Amino acid sequence: MAAHLKKRVYEEFTKVVQQQHEELSTKKLRLTKPSKSAALHVDLCKATSPADALQYLLQFARKPVEVESVEGVVRILLEHYYKENDASVRLKIASLLGLLSKTAGFSPDCIMDDAINTLQNEKSHQVLAQLLDTLLVIGTKLPENPSVRMRLVEVACKHLTDSSHGVRNKCLQLIGCLGPVEKGVAKEAESQAAKDVQKIIGDHFNDQDPRVRTAAIKAMLQLHERGLKLQLAIYSQACKLLADDYEQVRSAAVQLIWVLSQLYPESIVPIPSSNEEIRLVDDAFGKICHMVSDGSWVVRVQAAKLLGSMQQVSSHFLEQTLDKKLMSDLRRKRTAHERAKELYSSGEFSSGRKWGDDAPKEEIDTGAVNLIESGACGAFVHGLEDEMYEVRIAAVEALCMLAQSSPSFAEKCLDFLVDMFNDEIEEVRLQSIHTMRKISNNITLREDQLDTVLAVLEDSSRDIREALHELLCCTNVSTKEGIHLALVELLKNLTKYPTDRESIWKCLKFLGSRHPTLVLPLVPELLSTHPFFDTPEPDMDDPAYIAVLVLIFNAAKSCPTMPALFSDHTFRHYAYLRDSLSHLVPPLRLPGRKLVSSAVSPSITPHEDPSQQFLHQSLERVYNFQHLDPQGIQELLEFTIRDLQRLGELQSELAGMADFTATYLQCQLLLIKALQEKLWNVAAPLYLKQNALASAAAKQILEETYKMEFMYSGVESRQVVIIHHMRLQAKALQLIVTARTTRGVEPLFGMCEKFLQEVDSFQRCFISELPHMQGSFVDKLLDLMPRLVTSKPSEVVKILQTTLRQSTFLHLPLPEQLHRATANIIEPTGESDNPLRFTSGLVVALDVDATLEHVQDPQGTVKVQVLYPDGQAQLIHPKPADFRNPGPGRHRLITQVYLSHTAWTEPCQIEVRLLLAYNSNKSKASTRIPKSTWSESLEALPPSENGIEGTIPFSKPVKVYIMPKPARR
Amino acid sequence: MPEIKVTPLGAGQDVGRSCILVSIAGKNVMLDCGMHMGYNDDRRFPDFSYITQNGRLTDFLDCVIISHFHLDHCGALPYFSEMVGYDGPIYMTHPTKAICPILLEDYRKITVDKKGETNFFTSQMIKDCMKKVVAVHLHQTVQVDEELEIKAYYAGHVLGAAMFQIKVGCESVVYTGDYNMTPDRHLGAAWIDKCRPDLLISESTYATTIRDSKRCRERDFLKKVHETVERGGKVLIPVFALGRAQELCILLETFWERMNLKAPIYFSTGLTEKANHYYKLFITWTNQKIRKTFVQRNMFEFKHIKAFDRAFADNPGPMVVFATPGMLHAGQSLQIFRKWAGNEKNMVIMPGYCVQGTVGHKILSGQRKLEMEGRQILEVKMQVEYMSFSAHADAKGIMQLIRQAEPRNVLLVHGEAKKMEFLKQKIEQEFHVSCFMPANGETTTILTNPCIPVDISLGLLKRETAIGPLPDAKKPKLMHGTLLMKDNSFRLVSPEQALKELGLAEHQLRFTCRVHIQDPRKEHETVLRVYNHLKGILKDYSVQHLPDGSITVESILIQATAHSEDQGTKVLLVSWTYQDEELGSYLTSLLKKGLPQST
Repeated sequence: MAAHLKKRVYEEFTKVVQQQHEELSTKKLRLTKPSKSAALHVDLCKATSPADALQYLLQFARKPVEVESVEGVVRILLEHYYKENDASVRLKIASLLGLLSKTAGFSPDCIMDDAINTLQNEKSHQVLAQLLDTLLVIGTKLPENPSVRMRLVEVACKHLTDSSHGVRNKCLQLIGCLGPVEKGVAKEAESQAAKDVQKIIGDHFNDQDPRVRTAAIKAMLQLHERGLKLQLAIYSQACKLLADDYEQVRSAAVQLIWVLSQLYPESIVPIPSSNEEIRLVDDAFGKICHMVSDGSWVVRVQAAKLLGSMQQVSSHFLEQTLDKKLMSDLRRKRTAHERAKELYSSGEFSSGRKWGDDAPKEEIDTGAVNLIESGACGAFVHGLEDEMYEVRIAAVEALCMLAQSSPSFAEKCLDFLVDMFNDEIEEVRLQSIHTMRKISNNITLREDQLDTVLAVLEDSSRDIREALHELLCCTNVSTKEGIHLALVELLKNLTKYPTDRESIWKCLKFLGSRHPTLVLPLVPELLSTHPFFDTPEPDMDDPAYIAVLVLIFNAAKSCPTMPALFSDHTFRHYAYLRDSLSHLVPPLRLPGRKLVSSAVSPSITPHEDPSQQFLHQSLERVYNFQHLDPQGIQELLEFTIRDLQRLGELQSELAGMADFTATYLQCQLLLIKALQEKLWNVAAPLYLKQNALASAAAKQILEETYKMEFMYSGVESRQVVIIHHMRLQAKALQLIVTARTTRGVEPLFGMCEKFLQEVDSFQRCFISELPHMQGSFVDKLLDLMPRLVTSKPSEVVKILQTTLRQSTFLHLPLPEQLHRATANIIEPTGESDNPLRFTSGLVVALDVDATLEHVQDPQGTVKVQVLYPDGQAQLIHPKPADFRNPGPGRHRLITQVYLSHTAWTEPCQIEVRLLLAYNSNKSKASTRIPKSTWSESLEALPPSENGIEGTIPFSKPVKVYIMPKPARR
Repeated sequence: MPEIKVTPLGAGQDVGRSCILVSIAGKNVMLDCGMHMGYNDDRRFPDFSYITQNGRLTDFLDCVIISHFHLDHCGALPYFSEMVGYDGPIYMTHPTKAICPILLEDYRKITVDKKGETNFFTSQMIKDCMKKVVAVHLHQTVQVDEELEIKAYYAGHVLGAAMFQIKVGCESVVYTGDYNMTPDRHLGAAWIDKCRPDLLISESTYATTIRDSKRCRERDFLKKVHETVERGGKVLIPVFALGRAQELCILLETFWERMNLKAPIYFSTGLTEKANHYYKLFITWTNQKIRKTFVQRNMFEFKHIKAFDRAFADNPGPMVVFATPGMLHAGQSLQIFRKWAGNEKNMVIMPGYCVQGTVGHKILSGQRKLEMEGRQILEVKMQVEYMSFSAHADAKGIMQLIRQAEPRNVLLVHGEAKKMEFLKQKIEQEFHVSCFMPANGETTTILTNPCIPVDISLGLLKRETAIGPLPDAKKPKLMHGTLLMKDNSFRLVSPEQALKELGLAEHQLRFTCRVHIQDPRKEHETVLRVYNHLKGILKDYSVQHLPDGSITVESILIQATAHSEDQGTKVLLVSWTYQDEELGSYLTSLLKKGLPQST
């Protein structure tokens, strides 16, 4: 609300003073509106009944008030306030006072006294509460004025005895927000008869109204947030509040206890009913654990969340949270976890379970069983089994945080986390997989645990599977059977969901490189080699075989004995994979293959430099072409562009850079071609042809410049100038072409005007960069500017043409990092021959799955385009929730596209592609513009000129076979 | 002293035929009306003659409450209402009302049609009985009559299971029925607010057990089914039609969905289909997940689970079949078992307890060769698994519920005596409340200390609270007023109004006291000194010096006269009404200390 109001106010401001935007004219036009206060006064006087007055006030509240008139309006309102008998009108006035004092730029200290005075005679509790709220607003607007704050706090203290909960609520809120925080001020306050704020608030912990109790705790927390150190004495009070009847109070009390436990972790508190004493943080931990089995789920969520951040708690307490002593008929029973562990350690894993396998063992002493421990016993066991998934998620998060700080706890909580992989709600499953990944440094999975983890690989949700692959990437497995199991399950996954290919390969890469010694004994089996017989060579295109090879090669990297086990074809496959899947297969030092290895492995480091060098050299060569004849220039450019494109294909790190420069050179080449003198000198009848060429060139340059500006991440302002400059040249070219082809002068006027404006805005935007652009098109143009402004269009065109031809080619500096935005549609694959059939007029959903790289703000820019065979195009904006962010610079779009069409006679292909939307208004340059001039000219320029919106296709189109059937009657 | 009397007719230190009589503040309520599964004679029903020998039951009972549809909680209902004769209201929740008659009908069929018993209730009687049922919603307060009210809380045990709070005036009893504190795949956990009843009557089936996490059980179950299906085996799961069966269905259904499995799952038809229909309808009674997702898909509209046909059992390939009854003693489950027992690829999973003598019990105890009827020997090669899925609260759960409700007394029913003993001791130790465990027919009397509400007029209340510091709800506050007991109601009114209502005249009561002061000065000078002295001390009171030479402090009058004999002694006459007793006595003690030395 506040933000909204502010925005409205700003909008209004910009309209108050309107300045004509031309730099030359110094005349200013000032429009002022009739005073608002006067109008309000008239309105209120006219009002006959309270209902009328209320209507006027409501209307008034909808309109913003400018800073100058706020005070006047406040006076008018106060005047009416005193006269008014109806409480609802007074309430509205009070709330208006609060809104008005929020007005930006208005200092409310002048109305504070009046506002406090109104409190004196007010009878209605609601109005009182509203007035206190207004005072709170005033107080927060004056943070630099301690005396004002003191006064307000005193006022609030006075009203604390009010019988209405609303008033007391507001008072406490006010004290919490404005109460003195610094020690010095607090002492001074005491002398001023204002008591210690903490004590005042603390007294209200026992208020009769739960809402006031909540407000008191919240005020205390507010004080803490503002930096006041809470007293230890509050702890015992807060503990009592944990047993409150109302969930709001309990929830707030849990927070307060947590705060205190962080403030005084090492203080000693006595345990009631015994002589022992424990650390406060342990005690608080126990208490909060207790709240995990509270009756209200809100409190449970709160408690479970806070548990995670109590890292100072002693490990003895921490481990109790996972402990739940089982018993059956008063005899001790082992948990399934313990049994699994035992089976595992005794070596007879996977024995069939018999009835009574879990039969209780020893008798327990009835006295020793404590059914409700006061301590932390089993808090997480309860939390993870909770009915509400919110609680379960909070508990998993807390487990994660605690396990990260304590390796021994991580080891213990593993069983429970693994159990959560089978939760009924996907979010919880996902969360627990992520948690496990985060703590995977501290743990090693047992075989039975791994078994459970791997079972989830068959989950139909892609998110879950991918999260699990990520988890497996960084898991430690203890035995070779474990590795084998993981591989088998992953291959199973691969056959069931072939789209997971990439993810599984990546997973196996890490699995192999982490456990070379465990993979070693498996190699013969995995490659199915035989000591005596040659085995058939496996199919190289089989994803499963590639998966196995990825695992082995990565293990072989740190295990030099492994290659000895390979058969001949394995080496050949290695060479092939090293080339085709270089990101998955590491360079290996292979025996007997010295040539290959020497060519591959040491090549990495020095290889980069030459390509960099090559890039720079070729650019260098291009920038010095000035001396060449036009034909030579063109050829050189063509060659360089070809070289750069090839370089980009070869060297993925330099791809962005190479493409970027190649595009730039392409633009230049087009420009040069278009400006060739021969073309412009031909006779009129041939104009048409050259005209087509030149205008096409101009259009393409424009397109390319947009691509350069918006498709690359890491573009800096230096590059943006050059890009804009190129665009300006293209526009000049367009102007020239149109001037040559159109008859009559009239339309040219407008175009010239527009072009000059553009030059102007270019100058304003990039004023700081102009010195670097000696001899460029713009530089020359700006010199001629005075002449251009005054001359006729035909002359302008002539000047432009010569300048364009004479101007030098600008050197494009390269940034450190440059990446081209790319997108790859994984699904639909476009391979299906079965048309997607649906009834015409109805809608069919097409699943689209794509990976995006180096796209900034994909939620706002990435669109899906569907092209129908009839030329009809449809643009779809995916929901923000459809984008996932698996890593820095990477995004994943998983969405559904709805297709519909009228009936076709036979199936046909539609094209699906991804587009990058841009808006030149939001270009990177706009941040650099000096604010004052810009905001004014923003008003002046029509939006169409500034904000050119467009889209760049940045993925390969995928064809989908569809068939809308006619509806059956 | 008012008291609450509780007499279990069944389920006292026992499981089965739950039936508990409660008299609270003159109201008699019967909680549950169940049958006993262990008996086939008169003992199967509670002994209703205990309530009355010859009078009509309706005159003795104000209402009957049924907690859920299990037969040991509602099995005797038609007998009780139609054959013994009861016409009062019967309360149960909506799902219970819907499913209860199906089970009763099934029970009747087995007893009458199969076992050939006579003198049993008929279908018509079940229908008539259900007509007397009043259905209640969760958390709805139902006014049975002017004083007695009942309220249902969620209990989790089976669909529609509820705990009931019975309240008369300030006295209340909570009866839990069967409940479950850990949520399962289709139902949530029992929940109650801090209602602080005088008595909590709790079940205690698992009084001495603390159970393992349900996740391990579920995982084991799913893993076994999955493995068997993957290697092409068939899985038989014998279940009872209602309750656990639905949980297992949901479990398998979601697992199939998640793992994209294709093997068919069958559910034997009959009673179950009707019940599943009700499960679909009463979505609000299920757990969070089902409630949240039912808009997209009702979880009980199974995608993978289809109705079973006898012929399917011979189909090749893997499949999972749920078949009734649960103990493999007869019917479809036994038929399928005989067909599949010979193949070691197959598996049977027993999800519950089996009574001795049934095939289920035999195979669970490891017997591999079974003698079937006709001297046939059946060799069991299939795998036999046991999984316990039960929906009763364990010891921890019971304690948790007690902690939530904060009762003043606890009474345990529906459990074995030995186990109750342990829990009773624990409850008394942990919560310091008294705990009872009466046997059948034994009456427990609990003394209560109900608060008596008194009406007070708003004016008086406001006036009284305005005096002194802010009222604190946690502490008692002293008030002045007149207690009127008239027409069975209590009212606190101001004295004036009381006088008016009773038609009495007001009498003024004044205290007077003489204080001697040694002061040689003139009378009016003394008065002035006293005035100044009092004014100095009693800053918060209005002290006035009247022209006639007297002083008033609020309404207290002080006059000074010279002592008739000794002129140096002044006599101060202090007079106050009894309302100002406090101030008056304070003043006299103050004056008795004498005046300060004049300056």
